[in-house]
Amino acid sequence: MNVEVPELQAIADRIVAQAKAGEQIEAYVGRGGETSVRVYEGELEHFVSAQSDGVGIRVVKDGRTGSAYAGTLDESAIAEVLAEARDNVQFGTQDEFAGLAMPDGVEPVPQKFWDDDLANYPTESKVDLTKDLERRALAADARVRSESANYDDGWGETAFATTTGIRTSGRANSCYVSVVTLADDGDETQTGFGFSVGDSPKDFDLDKAAREAADRATRLLGATKPATKRTTIVLDPYVTSQFISVLSSAFNGENVSKGRSIFADRLGEQVAVPFFTLVDDPTNKLAYTATDIDGEGLAARRNVLIQDGVLQMFVHSSYSARRMNTVSTGNATRGGFAGSPGVGCLAMQVTPGAKSQAELIASISDGVLIQEVSGLHSGVNPISGDFSTGASGMTIVNGAVGAPIREFTIGSTLQRMLQDIIAIGNDVDWLPMRAAGLSLVIADVTISGS
Amino acid sequence: MSNNQSLLVEPDVLSRVLARGKSTGAEFSEVFVEDKRSTSAGLDDGKIEQVSSGRDRGAGIRVVKGETTGFAHTSDLTEKGLLAAAEAAAAAASRGGGGVNAVALNAVVRHPVNAIEKWPDEIAKRDKVAILQRVDSAARAVHRAIVQVSAGYGDSRKRILIANSDGVLAADEQVRTLLRVSVVASGDGGMQTGFQSLGHTIGFEVFDQNDVEELARSAAQQAVTKLSARPAPSGSLPVVIKHGSGGVLFHEACGHGLEADIISKGASVYKDKRGELVASPLVTLIDDGTMTAEWGAIGIDDEGHPSQRNVLIQDGVLTDYMWDYLRARKEGRRQSGNGRRQSYQHLPMVRMTNTFVLNGPHDPDAIVRDTKNGVYVAKLGGGQVDTASGDFVFGMTEAYLIENGEITEPLRDGNLIGNGPQVLRDIDLLGNDFAMGNPGTCGKDGQGVPVGDGQPTLRVKSLTIGGTAA
Repeated sequence: MNVEVPELQAIADRIVAQAKAGEQIEAYVGRGGETSVRVYEGELEHFVSAQSDGVGIRVVKDGRTGSAYAGTLDESAIAEVLAEARDNVQFGTQDEFAGLAMPDGVEPVPQKFWDDDLANYPTESKVDLTKDLERRALAADARVRSESANYDDGWGETAFATTTGIRTSGRANSCYVSVVTLADDGDETQTGFGFSVGDSPKDFDLDKAAREAADRATRLLGATKPATKRTTIVLDPYVTSQFISVLSSAFNGENVSKGRSIFADRLGEQVAVPFFTLVDDPTNKLAYTATDIDGEGLAARRNVLIQDGVLQMFVHSSYSARRMNTVSTGNATRGGFAGSPGVGCLAMQVTPGAKSQAELIASISDGVLIQEVSGLHSGVNPISGDFSTGASGMTIVNGAVGAPIREFTIGSTLQRMLQDIIAIGNDVDWLPMRAAGLSLVIADVTISGS
Repeated sequence: MSNNQSLLVEPDVLSRVLARGKSTGAEFSEVFVEDKRSTSAGLDDGKIEQVSSGRDRGAGIRVVKGETTGFAHTSDLTEKGLLAAAEAAAAAASRGGGGVNAVALNAVVRHPVNAIEKWPDEIAKRDKVAILQRVDSAARAVHRAIVQVSAGYGDSRKRILIANSDGVLAADEQVRTLLRVSVVASGDGGMQTGFQSLGHTIGFEVFDQNDVEELARSAAQQAVTKLSARPAPSGSLPVVIKHGSGGVLFHEACGHGLEADIISKGASVYKDKRGELVASPLVTLIDDGTMTAEWGAIGIDDEGHPSQRNVLIQDGVLTDYMWDYLRARKEGRRQSGNGRRQSYQHLPMVRMTNTFVLNGPHDPDAIVRDTKNGVYVAKLGGGQVDTASGDFVFGMTEAYLIENGEITEPLRDGNLIGNGPQVLRDIDLLGNDFAMGNPGTCGKDGQGVPVGDGQPTLRVKSLTIGGTAA
């Protein structure tokens, strides 16, 4: 966050200055706004324009932690939040590892998070752009109908202060467009979507979003249910991104220290094939979730999680680091002012291979291209490693993409899948998710169908 | 609750704010005011990690003109703050002229469905934390394979007030109390997990009426049992779903597809199907926001309409969809009490409340006995549906093989996949042992709202099981 916000910083500083002897205080102050435009069949369906603000306070005393938040920056409400957080302290269990982060001397990597073009972008243009996107999606294929076209933007300012000497503030804005389509063939209807993200609307690729939305809806028309078998699958970049995101919790140092990770006790071991390298790098501006500081106000940094298949490290907040007698890796996460810090990977990326998706598919005689998955939250257990999701995609026959298939599942375990990777694509896609996408080929996965 | 209880915003102020919302010629304006206080506490690794308190207070203002809805929200509940939000919403909905000076409001409608005995904000935090410690001890005592227990307690007391330019003035006070427990067991074959939860729209008396130790033991037993689980089969098999654990199947297989906003965009397999046989004649499906104390119970919906019991499918025939204000107005229908929103920062849309299938004629034990080979699902996780194609998935988190009419070995976690209309037709046995299930949060268009579900033991003659055993 390279643009400071003195007004919010002053509020955070004032809260922290009220600390009593033996008391640690952390204040997180936020303010933001959003615009949301939805268009349906050429008409503006809704226009949302909203602002919100709030404060979250954590108090640590004698190894006990209490917290409170309120969705307002009203002075009397802030006093109430501090009083509530203090009151809550007495009910926590004493924990020798409790406490706030300490400054560690690591300098944040400067990045640009604020775009003036976006901040000054006229409201009318947002509506016109959304209508334009819907028109392009409809024009892409005669079988396509619209469910909605959407424009969303948001801005946020945050300030952070602790009694341990961390002080930081900044502001950021972002925008994206998306379109949801339906395609019909007789009684059958399929859904598709496309999106585009950017620092400002200038970066949008509306044609690509429209084309993808039309393609996703139409390609599944006439799809059949495949027979149950073990086979080789190719994960589309969009699916790989979700698969890698699921792995995040296995690197979470707090989960490791509490015996809830499939990687606990496996540091230095070969957990994946030797050509698999995975980094978490929020300092890479190309990553959608790039950031300069973490949820405790420490500098975000590049961490190598798996190098050549060997597990290198876990990621930590200051709390999980103290539990494991190490230092924070700048991986505290935070869900706004109402949330308390957790631990997580911030911007994951698999090191790309040499081949395009088409080249990867060309070397497969019998397999499945997985283009969408569903039920990741219900069918993947990151503690046991069991992996089972609904899927749809295309058959791969003799090195070429064949017919569409749907209503089947793919199943394996996370541990096995990492060992069963047979190739990695060069088609990196910086998707608006916590992990970048690319094509990934995995052998010996169970397809359950008819 | 009495009728003279103070309102979050005075009626004369609401009246002026609504008028401002319509000042640019809109047909409809609405104010939704919320004041919510919540407490949460988490236990993990044997320690109470922290107690946290929250306060969310604000108003969302909606203005409808023609096909367009404008919406703005504010945390400033003064007349000045509300008028500014009303202007923003009006501007968002419209660029035209027109004018309205005043809106007349009716008397306040209150429609409580739950009697609260112990308001959560009047209970000592110490007593809330003590519940978590009881859960921890009970779960750990089940087996030495239990290596980790985490538990969460949460309560909220939310006052809402809705006024609109049709004269509606309605208020409700919604209380929710929730307990959840996750357990990890470790064995030779790795780790397994167990999960249970309990949630009702009543206060702290929920812990007088339910055995929290039993809940904890059940989660622990689930994790321990799965240590010896074998990989789930893959392919299509008959599936028996235990009572009170499979309501999510109906939530996903047809509930979302019966929401009028999805229907009106032609994005549901159930469009144009009213009056048609869409399910086995055994199936009668209800959505009922008036079910006392259930997780999806509400006195009024978030558009001020009293909650009600709606029959969606009667003896297999689709009788009606669920409606909110906008869709009902557009199609000349009555609202059904299904207009809900996550908070004052969100627009309302059509949402389920408590969705369940009524009892059928069959003995639950006989349903298992009549199944030669299949899968018995004792607990389902979450699910997801594509309403347009009807394809849906849901997770099984406790399941067993059925061999020769008997429940035998435990199975590892996996997803089940099916197609909504097909699965509804494939329900061939329906038990007489109805039970409601666990509290759920239903996600739609980025908003989460609390929902309940329930069903008797039932059999689907064929579902695809996403296991790894070929």
